[in-house]
Amino acid sequence: MTTKRPRSIRRLPVVEPDAPVPAAHRSLGIDTSDFDYLVALAGNPNTGKSTVFNDLTGLRQHVGNWPGKTVARAEGGFAYEGKKYKLVDLPGTYSLLSASTDEEIARDFILFGQPDCTVIVVDATVLERNLNLALQILAITDRAVLCLNLMDEAQRKGIRVNHKTLAKDLGVPVVPTVARTSHGMPELVQAIAGIASGAIETQPHRIRAGGPTARSVEELAELIAEEYPGLPNARWVAMRLLEGDRRVERAIQEGEFSDLVAEQHEPAVAGHH
Amino acid sequence: MATTTAPSSSRILERAESLRRGLDVSFRDHIVETIYDDAQAIAERSVRHGRPAGRTWDARLDRVLTSKIWGFPIMLGALALVFWITIVGANYPSQMLARMFFVIEDFASGLFTSLGAPWWLTGFIWHGVYRGLAWVISVMLPPMAIFFPTFTILENLGYLPRVAFNMDWLFKKVGAHGKQALTMSMGFGCNAAGVIACRVIDSPRERLIAILTNNFVPCNGRFPTLIMLATIFVAAAFPPALASFAAAGSVVGVVLIGVFFTLVVSWALSRTVLKGEASSFTLELPPYRRPNIGQILYTSIIDRTLFVLWRAILMAAPAGGVIWLLSAINVGGNSLTGWVSGFLDPLGQSIGLDGVILLAYIVAIPANEIVVPTIIMAYLGAGMMLELDSLAELQTLLVDQQGWTLLTAVCLMLFSLLHNPCSTTIWTMYKETGSTKWTALGSVMPLAIAFVVCFAVAHTVRFFL
Repeated sequence: MTTKRPRSIRRLPVVEPDAPVPAAHRSLGIDTSDFDYLVALAGNPNTGKSTVFNDLTGLRQHVGNWPGKTVARAEGGFAYEGKKYKLVDLPGTYSLLSASTDEEIARDFILFGQPDCTVIVVDATVLERNLNLALQILAITDRAVLCLNLMDEAQRKGIRVNHKTLAKDLGVPVVPTVARTSHGMPELVQAIAGIASGAIETQPHRIRAGGPTARSVEELAELIAEEYPGLPNARWVAMRLLEGDRRVERAIQEGEFSDLVAEQHEPAVAGHH
Repeated sequence: MATTTAPSSSRILERAESLRRGLDVSFRDHIVETIYDDAQAIAERSVRHGRPAGRTWDARLDRVLTSKIWGFPIMLGALALVFWITIVGANYPSQMLARMFFVIEDFASGLFTSLGAPWWLTGFIWHGVYRGLAWVISVMLPPMAIFFPTFTILENLGYLPRVAFNMDWLFKKVGAHGKQALTMSMGFGCNAAGVIACRVIDSPRERLIAILTNNFVPCNGRFPTLIMLATIFVAAAFPPALASFAAAGSVVGVVLIGVFFTLVVSWALSRTVLKGEASSFTLELPPYRRPNIGQILYTSIIDRTLFVLWRAILMAAPAGGVIWLLSAINVGGNSLTGWVSGFLDPLGQSIGLDGVILLAYIVAIPANEIVVPTIIMAYLGAGMMLELDSLAELQTLLVDQQGWTLLTAVCLMLFSLLHNPCSTTIWTMYKETGSTKWTALGSVMPLAIAFVVCFAVAHTVRFFL
């Protein structure tokens, strides 16, 4: 090993995996009954999503070091400050643009599943590549937290990420974590709770097309926003429609978006005009 | 759910349609570019690259593990090491378990008899159902309890993507997806799991190829058979000091034959019913990660070992009962086992096996794990009280009493490697493909290949000897 290690490594409190986590959250395992908030876990493959999932729920979802390992959707629960959270681990994807099954599952859940918070797990060592997916998720939902995972590996590789700058640029909370050692998990839970309850307001970075494309997107987005007031992602829907996305077209035809808007305003009566 | 098309929603769609016509064809690319540019700009503002602290060993290790010269030898070495540890480590506990279980069987059946229970009840419960269970646990538990954790360590370290990287060109050459190396590796644990893992392959054509050929890597239920045969027939030909290495080497040989068939069948499929070009993909080589020991033990013992063992137990109990009944019921001076295996014998002999082995494979369709126990029980018959608590005694039974030869062992290894998938895997194939046609092909094709290969081997060997 090298003789001189950066001091910052030492400052990371190392928590043994099985030691009691100093967090105030309580793992509920597979119990997801009567949850108050729905939380989605999204991210690129191999960013430690399943490790975050296991840490929060206390479950032992299989963790393997190869991309694409989580093939089925896993669900679990945790409690924090008297509220119950249902956590859904989505399949790891690199984007939400192509039509692969995994991407469709992830996208449909974030779009139509109406999670109260979406946790975007990113690998801090390859932030730029991971941000592609993060930006696509932020285009769909404004209730999101970025979990900047694998900070220990980033430090080992000499990569430093200023999470404050990142949070300002993305417009959502950014929490640096080392999920394997539970480092940063209490802060993550806190951020999730803040987003889910609405205590934390976000201003997510939104993708804006330039030039003549922009005008078409804006025009259609306005029309959509008019029709579905309160829809958090009118511009994204517009972009998808302009691209000829059949799934989104069908959602418009069948009134799924009006259902979403209705649900947002009256959670109790779902799905009626 | 509102299903009627509101006039306003059709207004949106019409507007989208007309706007789309006015757009450049590069609209999609434009959006994607915007995303990439934004991601780059944001990352640049918040990321600082400093001097890596001890990072270079990753890169150096990757250069060796994925090198053209060392990649394959290291892969084979790792595989051989896993098998060797399994063979050496499982031998003693297996014998201990067998001995313990048979002491219980003797005691319990003696107790039943002295309490005046009818002979058929004692026989069915203790020499049938119980013996089936005892065999499955003592044959399967030790190798699995060693193999799964060792394999999971390789998985958690991040070695599997390197395997995929090394084998990518092979799969590409046969018209399949490079990630098939990953799904193939998962098949070592359990073919049903391997078939599910095929979801990582996006192209439906290549995914089908991966699903249909997953069966050609021996799963954990088949390893005990291979290990036992390797130990009794191959290792016995070597001096004791080398025996375990010879056994591990021959299991690696069988696996290589399996990989060979995976490639050949993938090639044949992509030239015939599943025509197409191999699609390209990006494979990330994830960083090496320190395996979490607690996690590994949990995953490999609870999720894998006990799961597979439980399934085997569920299958072994009825199978043990069935074999006992078949052996105990006499019709016309011969037991049912005798009749059925006699009927299957010509077919079995023609592929280097015998009728009892084929009977065992029919009984073992639900779970490959119970093949060896079934063979032994069928050989021993209902009345015999021979206790098989060591491999030496097993050797006596198979070689001296039943006339097995090295050819029988080789053909049985090949048959075990190539034959039809177990019913769980068949069911999983159906669920994953949603098609009876592909499921049928995936079940019948391996069986046909197994028959053809064993037939060819048996007849070639007999011709020369």
